Amino acid sequence: MNPRGDSTSGSDGAAEPRRKSKKPRYSRFTQQELPACKPLLTPAIVVTTFAFIGIIFIPIGLLSLSASGQVVEIVYQYDTDCIPEQMQNDKVAFIQSSMTNKTCTRTLTVPKNMEGPVHIYYELDNFYQNHRRYVKSRSDKQLRSKASETETTNCAPEATTSDGSVIVPCGLIAWSLFNDTYSFAVNSKIIEVNKKNIAWQSDKEHKFGSDVYPKNFQMGGLIGGAKLNASIPLSEQEDLIVWMRTAALPRFRKLYGRIETDLATNEQITVTIQNNYNTYSFEGKKNLVLSTTSWIGGKNDFLGTAYLTVGSLCLFLSMGFIILYLLKPRTLGDPSYLSWNRNPDGHY
Amino acid sequence: MARGTRRKLHFSKLYSFVCGRSKFEVDHSQIGGPGFSRVAYANAPDCSEAGNLNYGSNYVSTTKYTLATFFPKSLFEQFRRVANLYFLFTAFLSFTSLAPYSAVSIIIPLIVVIGATMLKEAIEDWRRYRQDIKVNNRKVELYHGSSTFGFTEWKNLRVGDIVKVEKDNFFPADLVMLSSSYEDGICYVETMNLDGETNLKLKQSLEVTSGLQADSSFQNFKMIIKCEDPNASLYTFVGTMEYEDQEYPLSPQQLLLRDSKLRNTDYIYGVVVFTGRDTKVMQNAMNPPSKRSKIEMKMDKLIYLLLFSLVVVSSVGSVVFGIISSDDLQVGKVKRWYFRPDDSSIYYDPKRAAVAAILHFLTAIMLYSYFIPISLYVSIEIVKVLQSIFINQDIQMYHEESNKPARARTSNLNEELGQVATILSDKTGTLTCNSMEFIKCSIAGIAYGHGFTEVERAIARRKGSLSIENEQSKENHEQAKPAIKGYNFDDARIINGNWVYEPHSDIIRMFFRLLAICHTAIPEVDEETGKISYEAESPDEAAFVIAARELGFEFYQRTQTSISIHELDPVSCKHVEKSYKLLNVLEFNSSRKRMSVVVQDDEGKLLLFSKGADSVMFEKLGKGGRGFENKTKEHMHEYADAGLRTLVLAYRRLDEEEYKSFNKRFMAAKNSITTDRDEKIEEVADSIERNLILLGATAVEDKLQNGGMKQIIITLDGPEIIHLEKDGNKEAIAKVSRDSVLYQINEGKKLLSSSNTESFALVIDGRSLAYALEDDAKNLFLQLAVGCASVICCRSSPKQKALVTRLVKAGSGKVTLAIGDGANDVGMLQEADIGVGISGAEGMQAVMASDIAISQFRFLERLLLVHGHWCYRRISLMICYFFYKNLTFGLTLFLYEAYSSFSGQPAYDDWYMSLYNVAFTSLPAIALGVFDQDVSARFCLKFPMLYQEGVQNLLFSWLQILSWMFSGVCNGLTIFFFCTTALQHRAFRKGGEVIDLEVLGATMYTCVIWVVNCQMALSISYFTLIQHMVIWGGIALWYLFLLAYGAITPTLSTSAFMVFVEGLAPTPAYWIITLFVVIATLLPCFIYLAVQMRFFPMHHNMIQWMRFDGHADDPEYCQVVRQRSVRPTTVGVSARVDATVSQLARKVHDMVHLPP
Repeated sequence: MNPRGDSTSGSDGAAEPRRKSKKPRYSRFTQQELPACKPLLTPAIVVTTFAFIGIIFIPIGLLSLSASGQVVEIVYQYDTDCIPEQMQNDKVAFIQSSMTNKTCTRTLTVPKNMEGPVHIYYELDNFYQNHRRYVKSRSDKQLRSKASETETTNCAPEATTSDGSVIVPCGLIAWSLFNDTYSFAVNSKIIEVNKKNIAWQSDKEHKFGSDVYPKNFQMGGLIGGAKLNASIPLSEQEDLIVWMRTAALPRFRKLYGRIETDLATNEQITVTIQNNYNTYSFEGKKNLVLSTTSWIGGKNDFLGTAYLTVGSLCLFLSMGFIILYLLKPRTLGDPSYLSWNRNPDGHY
Repeated sequence: MARGTRRKLHFSKLYSFVCGRSKFEVDHSQIGGPGFSRVAYANAPDCSEAGNLNYGSNYVSTTKYTLATFFPKSLFEQFRRVANLYFLFTAFLSFTSLAPYSAVSIIIPLIVVIGATMLKEAIEDWRRYRQDIKVNNRKVELYHGSSTFGFTEWKNLRVGDIVKVEKDNFFPADLVMLSSSYEDGICYVETMNLDGETNLKLKQSLEVTSGLQADSSFQNFKMIIKCEDPNASLYTFVGTMEYEDQEYPLSPQQLLLRDSKLRNTDYIYGVVVFTGRDTKVMQNAMNPPSKRSKIEMKMDKLIYLLLFSLVVVSSVGSVVFGIISSDDLQVGKVKRWYFRPDDSSIYYDPKRAAVAAILHFLTAIMLYSYFIPISLYVSIEIVKVLQSIFINQDIQMYHEESNKPARARTSNLNEELGQVATILSDKTGTLTCNSMEFIKCSIAGIAYGHGFTEVERAIARRKGSLSIENEQSKENHEQAKPAIKGYNFDDARIINGNWVYEPHSDIIRMFFRLLAICHTAIPEVDEETGKISYEAESPDEAAFVIAARELGFEFYQRTQTSISIHELDPVSCKHVEKSYKLLNVLEFNSSRKRMSVVVQDDEGKLLLFSKGADSVMFEKLGKGGRGFENKTKEHMHEYADAGLRTLVLAYRRLDEEEYKSFNKRFMAAKNSITTDRDEKIEEVADSIERNLILLGATAVEDKLQNGGMKQIIITLDGPEIIHLEKDGNKEAIAKVSRDSVLYQINEGKKLLSSSNTESFALVIDGRSLAYALEDDAKNLFLQLAVGCASVICCRSSPKQKALVTRLVKAGSGKVTLAIGDGANDVGMLQEADIGVGISGAEGMQAVMASDIAISQFRFLERLLLVHGHWCYRRISLMICYFFYKNLTFGLTLFLYEAYSSFSGQPAYDDWYMSLYNVAFTSLPAIALGVFDQDVSARFCLKFPMLYQEGVQNLLFSWLQILSWMFSGVCNGLTIFFFCTTALQHRAFRKGGEVIDLEVLGATMYTCVIWVVNCQMALSISYFTLIQHMVIWGGIALWYLFLLAYGAITPTLSTSAFMVFVEGLAPTPAYWIITLFVVIATLLPCFIYLAVQMRFFPMHHNMIQWMRFDGHADDPEYCQVVRQRSVRPTTVGVSARVDATVSQLARKVHDMVHLPP
């Protein structure tokens, strides 16, 4: 008989793990001692960072500003202009009437030499292309392929005509397609407007089918906007493609076309506008814009100014911090910092 | 034959370890009644009555779920959280056309989040299940009938089965023991798995069945056992056994509990009475109490706040939407004709604008769901589990000797560890290592033993009192002989038998005899060396028996009825064998605070030996026995001052008649099974434990745990320490009348308010505490206690400990931590915000009730100062960050919606949004929660003042939270307005293309991702490779996603098709805008940080500066810093030390100057 029961080997091995060391294995990971950099916002780092930002930002700001400065932009607001005197009081009636003459010819002066291509935009304001009802009111499937012609889930009330046949392209966006047109002439010589390649390449190739043709479009009771040529496939209807890319904000521009030739300073451009589109109901503005571009895009002083402001602010801060650090060196070991027994409780 | 049986019975009746041995009495009438209805038909598993009983099988399942209940149950758990419920609600809504985005994109994150949590649950449960299978398939020998036993699996056992368990195997169920390999039917049991106690316990079968020692004995065996219903009490059992037409009472002595182990016994036979779920151990198995941390509770409030603001924002949006919409269609006039307001669906119907607005409200609720961080809960859960792994893995909290690492039993409270304001600590076994050394004694009014205690040594070292040091070293020099564990006594007058020449040698003899007899230890003789070691219930007891052995009274054998000792005979000076008949043992318990034995020596004289706490023992002394009372008290006082545990020893002689009447009453009390049984026993015991004769007192040193306890106490001076002593030795407020307690409390308060520089210590004992805890006094008491630097409650009962804990917790509203090691601390541990169990010598009960288990008190320092601080900082920062990043993102959504006339149009693609929380921003937050360190572990320990950040809750104050949220709002505003203004309506690239919804969305989203991740980089102060990977990886992942998503067919990617490749990447403006927006957005925060860091540093900033300046390694400087974090103390620990030192110094002085 073994009083201490030392021979536990015969048992179910319960004694075995007891002898095994439970000591955690050492590794830098489990002991939370991984090599690490512990950055501290020391005066040197703070000043350097500010200076560095300043040094980077100011040149970028200058470059942006100069790029923006090179851009020449002509903006002409024609919504009120193009309505005859007598109709000014009832613009909506004017625009809705099919009897009125909506052609409107104006002359614009080129302020500075504009190198081609000159981009032609129409600009709408207070037009909520980003409204959820509007954004959803389209059928991507229908636009893409003929096979899905009947897929008009979100298109109501512009999904089908009153007799139930499918509208292609369906939905409110297509239905409200912008239908003002512009033509340009310099010295009575008509300037060619290139309407090719105004849409994103990917849209043309992948989102609008080359076998999808407009069908029953603008045939309903209410006519929204432009009509489409039923013999041209959607992938080549670039105006529609541009319009179908919903704008982000209520004020937006859309590319109308390009003038490939240069426009010289002080040249008089005669613009003939077909003012068809109703922005009067919702008091929206309509602008015609002619603009060149630079690497930064259109005329955009905000970026340059912002960069310059932040850049110089940072330089200033870097100076400021240098002075602050010199004037008020941190006193290490200040007892008042170190004692946490400062909160005198009522009892003491 | 009949005579023999009677004789045996007689003997066993004497053996008082075994309760309830005498004849069956009426008290068992309850058997069969309510609560006592269990019946087991032994060896008749197939008889009809047994079949009807239908007790559960022995299969034990500890899993939380079954296959069938897993889904409903865990889902229910998940959706009890209001945030998850909200997301479920939006998920349902998302199937309607109200949804601003596709249903899949909102459901997938929800599934990911809920799935991750459920997966965690499932894995945990699977582990439990595997463990169950292992346990349930263990083999045990089962009686198959016809005298044979065969192996079967545990799970197949049924009530009434007869099993044979062999040595070193676990019992498969609760068994009533029938017999063992020993003639007298005893066996030894190790209950490590039940209560963690490693000492062996003795169990004994009933006399009538102890003869069934062979397999063949069970040929025609029939027995009916009736007993109590299953309950959780490990130490009680009431039942009767019907055997051979006789009924016998059963007691816990016959019950072998599942999961305990048979030791030192070759085999036992037993009848299964409780199986599976009904076993005592399973009835005891309860989940650790679920506690929630204060931070999480605050976070819930925050979620409610956000939900509220979400509703507000949505309602505002809906009202505006309704107004604008109704404006679109005035009488006869259509405004925004391109929406066809005349022919509209209900979602946008100017004619029913109110309905449309209400529906829009639901849409908005869904759209703004990004205000609520969906992945917050799951992230916190992941983070906490990982944090606990780090705690478990900490090599510096591993105790080599006991082979125990720290163990976080719940991960809920990690961050709470960083906020502990009050520590309630048990003393014995917690501050001390529960290893006792017999060091001094006072016999017949004379003090013996002149060793120095650790306390005295520590004081000497501290005060530089060289004389003691010298004394000490001299002593060490002399002590060449190897130290004996538990014995450190040295006095030439006593050792080596010299005591016989002392004046009161008869009393000394009685004293040692008492030490050798009055205990419940079991001797174990090493067969090779002949040396005797002892298995004792408590280390004190072991120390006494060892001391007796070393002084010539060697206890070497215990039988059922006798105790044998080798005793030094004063006359012959030889060791003679003496045997004492052990008649009764009046056991120790915490209310009696004493134990006694009644023995009969070989001359037939009856003796009662008693030992116990001074508070009870002095009352019990008889008139003639108080001879040395004052002297003894004085000595005990000194011992107590030296930090020793004292016990008073006394005895008396009994005459035959008195004993007989006592024994009769005692047996009656023992055999009763009524609820007041314990009281009855106590009453009877009390009746005989009087008129005692004082022998003297013992002093045992409770060794302090390693690692400089003193240092810990200083380090943790921030949190107030409230010791709850079990057997206190501190001077107590002795007056027990209620008024005087109240009076003293008021006096104490006056004292406190009169001086504001000193800190005080409050000492209160159990009896006064009882008054102080009464309703009218308790607030006063609390105020006083809070005002004191430390509070010592001595001699308090477990319940009082829990009450004090509750008082402090409720009264201060701060986080309390209780630490303890014994079963008497369980209440305290469960009551406190955090219970820390010491897995020491006193068993596992404290650990089972604790939230975190450590093996040494000194690890508490690291647990709190390092892990606690880190976890607190990590979690609070992580939660703040979560709200920040979601507000930033949500605000851009809100602003954009405002620009789309509140139509509920999101600025971003569906998938961008749903991946925001799940993919692009969650990993850095989790990394922050797991890895961030403001200050390394070394500095956390070096500068404990850092801990105050948690105690004062500086990192998760409302100010902190709101400033993070404010920052989120500002960032959202700047990102939106800078992006929209910079992109404008003009062409944004050379080709003359203008921006559209998609381009704006992607650009803004890029900026959000950059800003939020860079903000993270600014906030953390610890960059490992992991941080770099997740932060910059999160940004890179966004670009990768944009590429991948844009490359798939437009059927799926819709408007996001090729947006990056075609639209953004080749555009310089996109990159410039990103750079500008990110820098400009973060600039204010950076300026704030630079200023705050330098001119208004927080504690951790201070330490970071010190590290940076290299001051941290300058010991002198650190000392200065440390000193600042310690409150000057003139009362309390150091004052006590001072007093004792001066006292000692006087003594030393006397010793030096008096001629020897």
